[in-house]
Amino acid sequence: MKEICQSVKKKDHDPKIEGRSVYVDDYNLTASGKKILCGRLLHSIYAKAKVLSVTVPELPEGYYWVDRNDIPGDNNVNIVLDDTPVFCRDTVEYIGEPIGMVVGPDEKAVEALLKKIEVEYEELEPMLDLRNGDTTFFDYHFGHGDVDKAFAEADKVYEEEFTTGYQDQTYLEPQGMMAEPEEDGRMFVHGSLQCPYYVHGAVARAMGTGPEGVHILQDVTGGGFGGKEDFPSILGCQVAVAAKKTGQPVRCVYNRREDLEFTPKRHPSLSKYKLAVKDGMVTAVEADVRFDAGAYSTLSAVVLQRGIIAAPGIYNIPNVRVTGKAVKTNTTPCGAYRGFGAPQTFFAIEMMMDHIAQDLGIDSIAFKQKHFAKQGDMTSTQGRYHFPVPIPAMLDEVDELCDLRRKHIEYSRPQSGRYRKGIGFSAIFHGAGFTGSGERDMIKATAKLRKYADGTVEVLASNGDIGQGVRTTFPKIVAHELNIPLDKVYYSHPDTARVPDSGPTVASRSLMIVGELLRRAAIKLRGIWEEGKEQEVEEHYKQPDFMIPFYLDRFEGDAYPTYAWAVSAVEVEVDTYTGVVEILGAYGNFDVGTPVDYNIVVGQMEGGFLQGLGYASIEKMSYDNKGRIRNNSFTDYLVPTTMDVPHMVAKMHVEEYPDGPYGAKGAGELPLVAPPPAYLEAVEMALGGMKKHRLNAIPFSTEDVILELNKEVL
Amino acid sequence: MNGIHFRLNGKDTCYDGSAADRLLDVLRDTYDMKSVKCGCKEGECGACAVLIDGVLVNSCCVAMGAVDAHEIVTVEGYRETARFAALSKAFADLSAVQCGFCIPGMILAAEALLSKNAHPTEEEVRTALSGNICRCTGYNAIVNAVLNAAKEGDGLW
Repeated sequence: MKEICQSVKKKDHDPKIEGRSVYVDDYNLTASGKKILCGRLLHSIYAKAKVLSVTVPELPEGYYWVDRNDIPGDNNVNIVLDDTPVFCRDTVEYIGEPIGMVVGPDEKAVEALLKKIEVEYEELEPMLDLRNGDTTFFDYHFGHGDVDKAFAEADKVYEEEFTTGYQDQTYLEPQGMMAEPEEDGRMFVHGSLQCPYYVHGAVARAMGTGPEGVHILQDVTGGGFGGKEDFPSILGCQVAVAAKKTGQPVRCVYNRREDLEFTPKRHPSLSKYKLAVKDGMVTAVEADVRFDAGAYSTLSAVVLQRGIIAAPGIYNIPNVRVTGKAVKTNTTPCGAYRGFGAPQTFFAIEMMMDHIAQDLGIDSIAFKQKHFAKQGDMTSTQGRYHFPVPIPAMLDEVDELCDLRRKHIEYSRPQSGRYRKGIGFSAIFHGAGFTGSGERDMIKATAKLRKYADGTVEVLASNGDIGQGVRTTFPKIVAHELNIPLDKVYYSHPDTARVPDSGPTVASRSLMIVGELLRRAAIKLRGIWEEGKEQEVEEHYKQPDFMIPFYLDRFEGDAYPTYAWAVSAVEVEVDTYTGVVEILGAYGNFDVGTPVDYNIVVGQMEGGFLQGLGYASIEKMSYDNKGRIRNNSFTDYLVPTTMDVPHMVAKMHVEEYPDGPYGAKGAGELPLVAPPPAYLEAVEMALGGMKKHRLNAIPFSTEDVILELNKEVL
Repeated sequence: MNGIHFRLNGKDTCYDGSAADRLLDVLRDTYDMKSVKCGCKEGECGACAVLIDGVLVNSCCVAMGAVDAHEIVTVEGYRETARFAALSKAFADLSAVQCGFCIPGMILAAEALLSKNAHPTEEEVRTALSGNICRCTGYNAIVNAVLNAAKEGDGLW
């Protein structure tokens, strides 16, 4: 293992474990000693309605009503498009849409006032049907080869539909933002967030100032997983408008129910797959993917792009046709969640390949292996896998860990008795960084190092530590290159007033892309280092030369420079009396290149792995025929505890990436993606296989097992 | 004698507010115990867990009236102990702290276990921490850290 892999004590360990870290809800006063007003939002109670009038009772002194009429700039939140309003326009488009905010010194009084506000609605018919919804925010098509010819010449054509549900990020710290008007007229916005410059752009627009009129600080953030990518821009605008109106600091922290119900989550999906098989090989794939975007487009464009690029999985299939639609429904807008569209399509293709193998009467691991893409093969977008694809070796390693291949064949045989076993296998990739040329054309990351006279070095970048450890790994890279002790290098929570835009904390990009900028900056600083002098160096993103240019209009070229890879195996035992699925073992093998800090990376892998297993099994959330999400508490939306997967093994396989720091690739999202199909395949196997119980939907809960088993007696 | 009298991190304390006030809110707002986090406010996540007479309790589900004559410990008090130092080192060695929001509750859950059972099995640790949700780690590092603390901090509990 390289020296850089050796684990160090995390720089934020002490303040966090000692309870000294200040999260946004922990400020008693602002840093400048001012009192903070409490803001609470009034949410729409209808999925679609005209707002005819809002009657606000007479407010006690010091209390305010804030709505769209108070917005100094645009009532459009700058995300990918700008259709999301800060406060609702003439209509509300989903249950939970913010109509306005009550602000005042006492939280209980604010809550009481909220209940007294009367909204007159004219209810309209909401669209709540992903399958038949005809308003699409985004509609993409791409492919290559001659798909029609392949279907015409096929021995057999397979068709199947797959669905996936919502998944909520369920960071332990709910969403929360705070805004403070500053003496110099600037608006200072800070809170629990992933992307300071996203919030910066959004707030500057809503406030009608130039970029210099606002600055954004990331406070200590209690988890994100994508959930704090776009939403803090919206909440940040709302508190900024309230702070502007009142002239005082305003904070709004969501409670858990609001957070579960009204903040972005993973897009539910409906995927129709059609595959052609000739001479035992898949010759064509046609995928028609629909994502439930919710009421506004927010991040759906980019989530859908990543999802459909992954539609053919890790397989080398010569003829490809993919369509993807982000469908508008009158529900909470969906957004980013670890995996970003890819878990939905990988789930579908992995189950599809498994089902075809079962129909052909061959073991699905062997069937999949025949189709694994190799280095040099074409990707779904006619790019190339430029680097070795380590999946066969990773599969062998998982086989050694859990006797996968033998059990896979053994458990596929007919079983009887109350308890029945299954084991599932899946393999996926995750491309790090923005899709296509996004890093080069949109993000254009810049990172800096500032050396002070005393020899300490500060990292200046805009990537927030959300638990993944960049406050430790960024300084670790710099200290390593400068050959100075780690405690001489530090990385504070970013404030846009003093850090350059190194891009958002998303897409598993921070370490691979910004980490590499910092490595190069450190080398530059080393070259000019002068004792006792203050010095600064800067580095800019440069796209690797080997990349085939990507054209988004045609989905052609290298969507990603390289890929992280994962193989997972999940072994289960199903109690056919109770429907309870016990996970006997969950085994993941992850290639994220060089792990820049072994413990941190393993922690990412284990955490993501468990989220993936939750997504597949117990994390059930849906909306009813009024468009209301009912699973709005931890009683109704279950996430895994210590008891759910006691035997979970994360193994690292290292295939170094020459353009990442020390060979590192993106890591954060990878581990979530593979477990769901492996889990469902295992459950299906335990229930007797596809011919008895064809499973193609997640989450698949205890109740779903019982429903399936009941089919046997009907 | 008016007010609700209790010990908070070893100090005699008298609360003059309503007996119906929520312990979580009072600890955070009146006594500035900001290690006590609010994750759900309905007793499901464990982020607000404190020790009441050594027993792990979600402070969001406790009315102030119920703490009269009891002893409450939060991480603000517990962090001064050798036991905490042993747990902190074990957590640091495995990088078991990610976003940090669940961690004060986790630490007190570990203390509640180890003070009753100084040499727990892995299953006992998992059971003892099962009321504390962590979304970041997948729990392996936390569970192993508690086991390591029990081993290396031998004699402390």
